[in-house]
Amino acid sequence: MTTTVAHPSRLRAVALIVRRSLRRHAFATSVTILASALAAGLVMAVFAIQSQSQRAFTGGNVGFDAVLGARGSKLQLILNSVFHLDESPGNIPWSVYARLKADPRMRFVVPYAVGDNYKGFRIVGTTPNLFDEYRYGDDHSLMFSDKGRSFSPDRREAVIGSFVAARTGLRYGDHFHPSHGISFDDSDDDHDHHAHDEEYVVVGVLEPTNSPIDRVVWIPIDGIFRMGGHVLRADGDVYVPRHGEAIPEDFKEISAVMLKFKAPTIGADLDNVINKEGKEFTLAWPIASVMASLFEKFGWITRVLQLVAYLVVIVSACAILAAVYNTINERRREFAILRALGARKSIVFSAIVIESAAIAAIGAVVGFVFYGVIVGVAASIIRSQTGVVIDVWSYHPALIVAPPGMIILGALAGVIPAIKAYATNVAANLNPHS
Amino acid sequence: MPLLEINNLLKQYAAPDGSTSTIVDVSAFELEPAQQLALRGESGSGKTTFLNLIAGILAPDSGRITIAGDEITTRSEAARDTLRATRLGYVFQTFNLLQGYTALENVELAMMLGRGLDRPFARKLLEQVGLASRLHYRPAQLSVGQQQRVAVARAIANHPQLVLADEPTGNLDATNAQTSLTLLRDLCESNGAALLIVSHDPTVLDQFDDHRDFAEINRASQHAEATT
Repeated sequence: MTTTVAHPSRLRAVALIVRRSLRRHAFATSVTILASALAAGLVMAVFAIQSQSQRAFTGGNVGFDAVLGARGSKLQLILNSVFHLDESPGNIPWSVYARLKADPRMRFVVPYAVGDNYKGFRIVGTTPNLFDEYRYGDDHSLMFSDKGRSFSPDRREAVIGSFVAARTGLRYGDHFHPSHGISFDDSDDDHDHHAHDEEYVVVGVLEPTNSPIDRVVWIPIDGIFRMGGHVLRADGDVYVPRHGEAIPEDFKEISAVMLKFKAPTIGADLDNVINKEGKEFTLAWPIASVMASLFEKFGWITRVLQLVAYLVVIVSACAILAAVYNTINERRREFAILRALGARKSIVFSAIVIESAAIAAIGAVVGFVFYGVIVGVAASIIRSQTGVVIDVWSYHPALIVAPPGMIILGALAGVIPAIKAYATNVAANLNPHS
Repeated sequence: MPLLEINNLLKQYAAPDGSTSTIVDVSAFELEPAQQLALRGESGSGKTTFLNLIAGILAPDSGRITIAGDEITTRSEAARDTLRATRLGYVFQTFNLLQGYTALENVELAMMLGRGLDRPFARKLLEQVGLASRLHYRPAQLSVGQQQRVAVARAIANHPQLVLADEPTGNLDATNAQTSLTLLRDLCESNGAALLIVSHDPTVLDQFDDHRDFAEINRASQHAEATT
C-alpha cells in the first residue's frame, strides 16, 4: 500500500487542531494559563530571590574587611554595623579604635557609634574620613549629589543616604532632630517627646550606592557622645558631656570599629589575637563567611519555600490535566471525525499532549510577568529593610530551567486525557447507525 | 480489475443477552473504478457498519476487503487510517463537520491528514459547491444544505478513488438534497472517483442507473428478515 502522507502536513494538522481547541475553550484555557504562569513565576522567583539575596549579603564588596566590636556574636556585629540592622552587641572603648588607627597594617579605620534614629533610619556617628576612604562595589567612592559635602566633625551637621533622602524628604540644607533609640514607632503620636533637642543640618546627600549605606544618617561621632540623654561610661564611672568641654578619651565609647586591611593575611593574624587568645572583643572576619552562616541557619526556610513552589507547580499541572480532561468528553465526536478523515490515533494523542504542553508553554512565558512582579515586590521590601538591592532580571539558572520544565510537566499532564482521546470509539461517535 | 472487492465479510457484535448478533455477512461484492452504485437499505440493516468496514474504521471478524489491489483487512489500524486518508472520501448523514473550524479549514484539515495541503484545490472545491463566499464561515454559520456541500467538498479533497456516502441527503430538504446529490455525483465523476452510496430514499435511489438492495448483498439482513 502506497503511503503519500507528508509528515510536515500532519504536523500542520496537529498545530491546527491545537489552535482551534485552545480558541474554542478560551476561558478555561486562559484560567489554566494564569495558574501555570503563577506557578512558573513563583518557582523562578523563589530560586532567584534566594540566590540573589544570598549573593547580595555574602558576595558583594561591603567596603570593609572586618568589624571589631564587643565580645559576642559575629553575626550580630556585622548585621548591626555593616547592614545597619539588629542591635549593637555592646560598646567598646575609644582606645581600641585609637590603637587600630595607629596600626600600620590598616588601610583605613572608621569608628561607628549608634544609638539614635531619624524616622526609623539609623543615625551613625563616625569620622569624616569615611567619605574619603570608603570604597564599595567595584572600587566606587562615595559621591555627594549637587553641592553636598562631608560633615564637619565638630558641628551639628549630617550626611544622609539616598534612600533616607527619598523616604524622609530631607534635602540639602534641611534641619532635623534625631530621635532617641534605634527603633521608630510611626504610630506613636508623641514623636517630639522622644526627639533630642539637638538640631542637625543636612550638608550632604550621597548618591545611591545600592547598599546599606543608602539607609543611614551620618553625623560626627562627637555628636553621638554629646546627644542629650546620652551618658558615657568607662571603668564604672559615668561622664555626662558638657558643652564647650572636650570629652576625655577614657570615657568615649563606640559600637564598632570598621577595618580595611592593607593585606588579606592580616585578618587571620587579628583573628588569632582577638578571637582565640583574647576575651574582651570580637573580630567579625571574614564578613562574607559570617553572613553565609546566616543563610545556612535559615536554609530550611528556603527549602520550605522551594517545596511550596514545587507544590504550586504540581497543582498547576493538575489544573492543566483537569482542564484538558474535561474537554475530552465533549470532543469525542471531533476525535471520531478526525479519525474518520484518516487521522491516526497517534495524531489525536499528540494533539492533546501538545495542547497541554502549549498551555504550559504560554503559562511559562506569561510567568515571566509574575516573576517580575514577585521579585520586584520582594526586592523593594529587601531594599527598604536592608538597603541591599536585588536585580530583578539578573540571570539565574531557574529562569532557563523552569520554562522547559513547565512545558514537560504540561505535556505529561496531557498524557491521561490523551489516552482517553486515543481510545475514542470512532464508529460509535460518528453518527447514528442505519 | 474491480476497485473494491469483498469476499466473505463477516461482522458480529455481542448482544446484550450474551448472544452473538451478526450485522454484516457479505459473501461477495464488487465495485468497478468510477462506478456509481446506490444501495437501498432500511435503518438497522447494517449498511453503516458495511461502509465503516470498507473505510477501515471497523475491522471485520473475518473476510477480505481489497481496494485497488490492496487487501486492507490484513493491514494494521494505522495503515487503514492512511488508506482512508489518501484513497477514500466519506460523506455522512450528519455531515460530521468539525465545529470549531471554518469551511475552508474543514477541507484543508482533511488534506493535511491525507495527501498534503493543496489550498488552491480546497478553494476550487468549495467554489464548485457554491461556497466561494462562505470559505471562512464555521458550520454553525452555514445552513444545513451548505454544511453538506462542505462535507462533499471535503470528501473529494484528497482525490479519492472511492467515495462512500451514508444517507447523504437524510437530513436535507428536497431542494438541498438534490443539489448535494448532484454535486457529489458530478465531483466524483470529474475526479474519477467511484461512488458507493447507501440510502433508503427512493428519490435518491431512482437517480442511479445502478442500484441494488443491501439486503440482497447482506445475508445478515436476509436472516434478520426471515426471523422477524
